[in-house]
Amino acid sequence: MAVAKSIRTKPNLTIRQGDFALSTRIDQVGVEERASRFTKRSIKNDAKENGLKLVLNMIDLTTLEGKDTDGKVKQLCYKAMHPHDALADIPTVAAICVYPSMVKVAKKALGDSGIKVASVATAFPSGQAPRDIKIRDTKYAVNEGADEVDMVISRGKFHAGEYNFVFDEIASIKEACGDARLKVILETGELGTFDKVRRASDIAMHAGADFIKTSTGKIAPAATMPVTLVMLEAIRDFYYKTGKMIGMKPAGGISRSKLALHYLVMVKEVLGEDWMSNEWFRFGASSLANDVLMQLMKLKTGQYQSANYFSVD
Amino acid sequence: MAKAIAKKKPLAKKSNTIKLNFDTSWEYAPAPESKSAATINKQYDLFINGEWQQPSSKKYFDTINPATEEKLSEVADANAADVDKAVKAARNAYDKVWKKMPAKERAKYIFRIARIMQEKARELAIVETLDGGKPIKESRDFDVPTAANHLFYYAGWADKLEYAFPNRRTEPLGVAGQITPWNFPLLMAAWKIAPALATGNTVVLKPAETTPLTTLKLAEIIQEADLPPGVVNIITGAGETGAAIVNHADVNKIAFTGSTNVGKIIQRAIAGTNKKATLELGGKAANIIFEDAPIDQAVEGVVNAIFFNQGHVCCAGSRLYVQESVAKEVIRKLRDRMQSLIVGDPMDKNTDIGAINSREQLNIIQKYIAIGKKEGAEMYESSCALPSKGFWCRPTIFSNVAQSNRIAQEEIFGPVLSILTFRTDDEVIEKANNSPYGLSAGVWTDKGSKIFNMTKRMRAGVVWANTFNKFDPTSPFGGYKESGFGREGGLHGLLPYLKLIN
Repeated sequence: MAVAKSIRTKPNLTIRQGDFALSTRIDQVGVEERASRFTKRSIKNDAKENGLKLVLNMIDLTTLEGKDTDGKVKQLCYKAMHPHDALADIPTVAAICVYPSMVKVAKKALGDSGIKVASVATAFPSGQAPRDIKIRDTKYAVNEGADEVDMVISRGKFHAGEYNFVFDEIASIKEACGDARLKVILETGELGTFDKVRRASDIAMHAGADFIKTSTGKIAPAATMPVTLVMLEAIRDFYYKTGKMIGMKPAGGISRSKLALHYLVMVKEVLGEDWMSNEWFRFGASSLANDVLMQLMKLKTGQYQSANYFSVD
Repeated sequence: MAKAIAKKKPLAKKSNTIKLNFDTSWEYAPAPESKSAATINKQYDLFINGEWQQPSSKKYFDTINPATEEKLSEVADANAADVDKAVKAARNAYDKVWKKMPAKERAKYIFRIARIMQEKARELAIVETLDGGKPIKESRDFDVPTAANHLFYYAGWADKLEYAFPNRRTEPLGVAGQITPWNFPLLMAAWKIAPALATGNTVVLKPAETTPLTTLKLAEIIQEADLPPGVVNIITGAGETGAAIVNHADVNKIAFTGSTNVGKIIQRAIAGTNKKATLELGGKAANIIFEDAPIDQAVEGVVNAIFFNQGHVCCAGSRLYVQESVAKEVIRKLRDRMQSLIVGDPMDKNTDIGAINSREQLNIIQKYIAIGKKEGAEMYESSCALPSKGFWCRPTIFSNVAQSNRIAQEEIFGPVLSILTFRTDDEVIEKANNSPYGLSAGVWTDKGSKIFNMTKRMRAGVVWANTFNKFDPTSPFGGYKESGFGREGGLHGLLPYLKLIN
């Protein structure tokens, strides 16, 4: 399924870059309070069923392990296409997320299913490699057929205040991506404060990110609701200024349907309807899918089934 | 194979039409709290001397659900003779039982009331929402728990008064006449009763006539807690009943929360008597956003400051001062935020803004909205649909408001915000203090030194920094100027119920 041309983006070099040290300030107490308020929404009946299907459709089913093999990836791809055949009328997940070396296998396994292949790149997860290697890593993934690239920012440089370095690096990876959409992982668990999360979000969006993403999943804490809220608000402000939509991907730590629905509430109430699809919002998760399927089965049959009824891939 | 991804067309937007779209295809299904989890009697008598007694007039008046205009119950209309009976019962209980009881025993009763209140939290929240129109989310998560906390806190003080006022001996005043408002009925009853009992006074309390039910439920709890008869008497009625309490010769102390006009009447009435008084009256709080503020959290704070409890909050942040350099951004974000506020059935767990408390109050709010328009301020209201029955008002903001506008000076007591701009610190302090009121204020800035500078110079009883409408039993609450005097809450809240001796 081809993605329309208009959402492919070049780095926003025409947009006047702000001084990133002056990014909007964030009050931690206020953010946490606001984030907890989304969890008070009661999602029942139709809203729950539709919400769960939407969540399933937004999942980037992920395997990022040293022990990944062709076999493992093929099985995961089958799961992506057939989340649970006992349930009719459910969508597929959005994408499979793998290491560059697994892109070709995944691409082939997914065939014309419309499910995207996302590849991490740029010396994931630490990002501690020279730029030319990161660019080659990216180009390799794209050449293998990746539809989306999930890069990591250089957190060391960011902490050292070298924002131009971080900006330039993202811009150069964006260029290397060609037609592939670029997700920029901030690794918020290593950034320390919400102010820095906001600053990193601003840098990434101005440098050409199509998506901003919280975490690699290798560092705790991974995605949290407050951190995602800060990033959603950065996306909204960027949209106010430029009219350009940026996607959001919280990753890691979201394994329960209920929590995923809280995230969905947050997207709906911060960014509105236009972001309520997998074009603009993704969950980076591996175990979330089965919990969603279990809840959908519960809605259908009125009873919880044992976890053994849901395939582990 | 499962069906392929349903994809939406990407939206090409021109920068001059950039607007977030909150018309969503994913609606929340109704999630109503169950009415059947609460019992409301058909009729309530007066709670005097530990018993339910018919009013001597035999008259009752209706209390309705402002969200549906349906009658919930009818409550007794107490006249001067009933008030006299209640005061006598309170005096008798004071002289014969409560004054003599060891303080730690008094504390046990207050703890017991607080615990039963927690046990019945769900029922109390439902009744509060049905009778007053506030969202169940607020009565469940704010009103009831905060009321119970207040009782727990003051129960702890009962046998520690000598530590509260070192080297002084304390004595209770006697009978306290207490009159509570309709915006936080149960919470205000707890604010009044807790310190009075902890310090050894007895009580005659009258809730507001539009929202008496949770206070009558509290009377049932007091009965269940086996509080000695007459220590707390709860009588219902309108202004005349309140006047009878205020004017009763054997009342030693008046505690009133309500409008500044009635507060003035009370002060005139008790002039020349030796009644002590605490008055917690109106407000027109300044909420100040500086350009270096955390803007998104400030916007959320503004929403919380003015739309909490439909704006029926004496300390509501109803005057918003925004530094000019960020005014456009703040107003834009505020408008978008208002679109996601859910207005409607207060019993629905997802409702953010419930019904206006009474038709009378709705008329006042609408009068001020008309005044604001006439004064030339720019009005914006959220686009939500309103139910056909009941009393409703959309969240509303006025921008381009001037200090001389009536909507910037007078208390509206509804979900209506006036937005003014400023340039310098000195200017905003002068404007913020330029009000007959002085109950609360808010300051939003990332700079600590600015916060301290502002809080020192602001003439308001409570100043919140980077937050708003936060309450805690340990923190004193009360006003400057025409917002009243005396403090409720904290150690300060004990003093209005005590004589200090030596």
